[in-house]
Amino acid sequence: MPDPLSIHDLTVAYHSRPVLWDISVDVPAGQLVAIVGPNGAGKSTLIKAVMDLVPRASGRVLIFGKPYKQNRRRVGYVPQRESVDWDFPVNALDVVTMGLYGKIGWCWPVTRKHRKTAMDALARVGIAHLAHRQISHLSGGQQQRTFLARALAQDADLYLMDEPFAAVDAATERVIVQVLTELKDAGKTILVIHHDLQTVAEYFDHVILLNMRIVAVGPTQTTFTQENLQKTYGGKLTLLDQATEAMRRAERSR
Amino acid sequence: MFDGWTWNLDGWIIVAGILCAVAASLLGNFLVLRRLSMLGDAISHAVLPGLAAAFLLTGTRDSIPMFLGAAAVGVLTALVSEWIRGYGKVDEGAAMGVVFTGLFALGLIVIVQAADRVDLDPGCVLYGAIELTPLDTVSVAGWQVPRVVAVLSVVLLVNLIVVVVFFKELKISSFDPALAMSLGINARAMHYLLMTLVAVTAVASFETVGSILVVAMFVVPAATAHLCTDRLGVMILISALVAATAAVFGHAGAVVIPQSVGYHSTTTAGMMAVAAGACFTVALLFAPRYGVIARWVRRRALSLSILAEDLLAVLFRAEERQTRDFPRDGAGLRDTLQTGATATRAALFWLRRRGDLQLGTAGYDLTDQGRQRARRLIRSHRLWERYLVEAGGVGGTHLHENAEQLEHFTDEALRRQLADETASPNVDPHGRPIPPE
Repeated sequence: MPDPLSIHDLTVAYHSRPVLWDISVDVPAGQLVAIVGPNGAGKSTLIKAVMDLVPRASGRVLIFGKPYKQNRRRVGYVPQRESVDWDFPVNALDVVTMGLYGKIGWCWPVTRKHRKTAMDALARVGIAHLAHRQISHLSGGQQQRTFLARALAQDADLYLMDEPFAAVDAATERVIVQVLTELKDAGKTILVIHHDLQTVAEYFDHVILLNMRIVAVGPTQTTFTQENLQKTYGGKLTLLDQATEAMRRAERSR
Repeated sequence: MFDGWTWNLDGWIIVAGILCAVAASLLGNFLVLRRLSMLGDAISHAVLPGLAAAFLLTGTRDSIPMFLGAAAVGVLTALVSEWIRGYGKVDEGAAMGVVFTGLFALGLIVIVQAADRVDLDPGCVLYGAIELTPLDTVSVAGWQVPRVVAVLSVVLLVNLIVVVVFFKELKISSFDPALAMSLGINARAMHYLLMTLVAVTAVASFETVGSILVVAMFVVPAATAHLCTDRLGVMILISALVAATAAVFGHAGAVVIPQSVGYHSTTTAGMMAVAAGACFTVALLFAPRYGVIARWVRRRALSLSILAEDLLAVLFRAEERQTRDFPRDGAGLRDTLQTGATATRAALFWLRRRGDLQLGTAGYDLTDQGRQRARRLIRSHRLWERYLVEAGGVGGTHLHENAEQLEHFTDEALRRQLADETASPNVDPHGRPIPPE
């Protein structure tokens, strides 16, 4: 069986300024994988490039052996909480139901069956009682749980989560960890962008250390070492930075 | 009373106004929610050169070439603004400003230059000529219908069908375009579909309300509706209602009422925008949840309930100390709590009605029910003090102030958690007993 996610030679650039260089990684099935790296390391871009949300300069991404377009039903996405407008006139149930829109198909209406699925997902993250609350009246942790419930409703096999643990309360953190464990036990593969280095070893089996390129990848026990962290955070690729800067200057003066 | 009123004239003008306002407001919801109100503005100005080009190329005022020209330029505006924002390193507003002022001016120049050959009046494009609606008619299924009404009906129908059929897709592309794309719903395609419709609606509305006022019809009803509801479907309905109301009252306010009381009539289009603005003001003041008055009432109610709780607490503490060291009438309580006369009177009245207080010979006394309520409050207060000292290391004068605020927002579940966290103490940090639940 092909790997849930297989990235080969991926390079992404914004305005000819490289953000990700030569990323190659195969993620095995049934793993909880942390993507760790400093700000600006291209973590969100990596996830977005996998889903064709940002254009790739080069490289190939396969989801269960096929291009994303052919296998998008098997991917669930949890964007950063700040990426949406929480004053939008929808309630928590609406937001979770959006995860099903791909399955429902163009122009077909949402039915009771879909709402039931969404409701079950909300119950799994413990906020079924808030289903009909407008989303700006939810706390930060509850908003994050809503996003998680939406991904659950998608019933995917590969989950990509952009900082689900950012600024959530302790109770929400426990719920997220529990849901992630349940998903893993059900054979799903989960990639999580994670900022809190303290909890990486506790929560995750696998780790991808990223700083514009892959610094190290492998099981947390052997890969999440002081030395590798040093390389990821401390050892900045200064020469690469210089080259990028020179490129940008040339670009501007032209 | 309505001497100036004739169905053939005013009826058609109002119908045209309603069709135009509702068609624009349907799309306006998505413009407002995507914070693209400016783009609606930009497109409705920028379509002018598209119109002019269509006139010059075909030499007719036929609707079809006009709409094609306008739609093309409308989409071009959206594309070019986005391109300028990306590559010109300016913000969205500036990018749109560059594009639409340029295009609008170009359109005006073309129209003025070609004025001899083309029957097109810049003033009409800017301000509309809704009053002339009934004069230019076409025959639809044997009926003589104003041409504008026929065109606007088609546009409204198209907008309505798109909003209903693509409701789900418009909703998700507006709320979370990245998720939409990842699910295979092309948010960019929805964006340009919306922009095309905005351009077409703007052109169709030119003759009725003009290019400036169509912006009001895009933005104001939707903004009004957003104040009134938390549901997208309801918001769209309300915006359509507001738009129709504005059209009716706009015409009444511009022509019928001034004429019947002996003033000169004014332009219906202008009055429609004013009426829409009035609807917005009413919503801003009276909206059930987000209105200014509702917010004020909620704030007053909260401070009143806090004051009432403070009153109960003061009386409870006095009972606890077994001293009657302050007069327990209204004035005495007011001095103790340092609050205003009206607020204190209102809080005391409310507490008596609820049965928490009774008026005895020496002033106010707690009833059993009031004592129970006060005991929970004091329990919350002292548990918080305990918790803040033990868990947070807070001390000194801040302790009481913090607890004084937190006590009003502490329910039984939270008190139980506090008691657990502090190992169910019997006394607070000052040595006073923590009463049982």
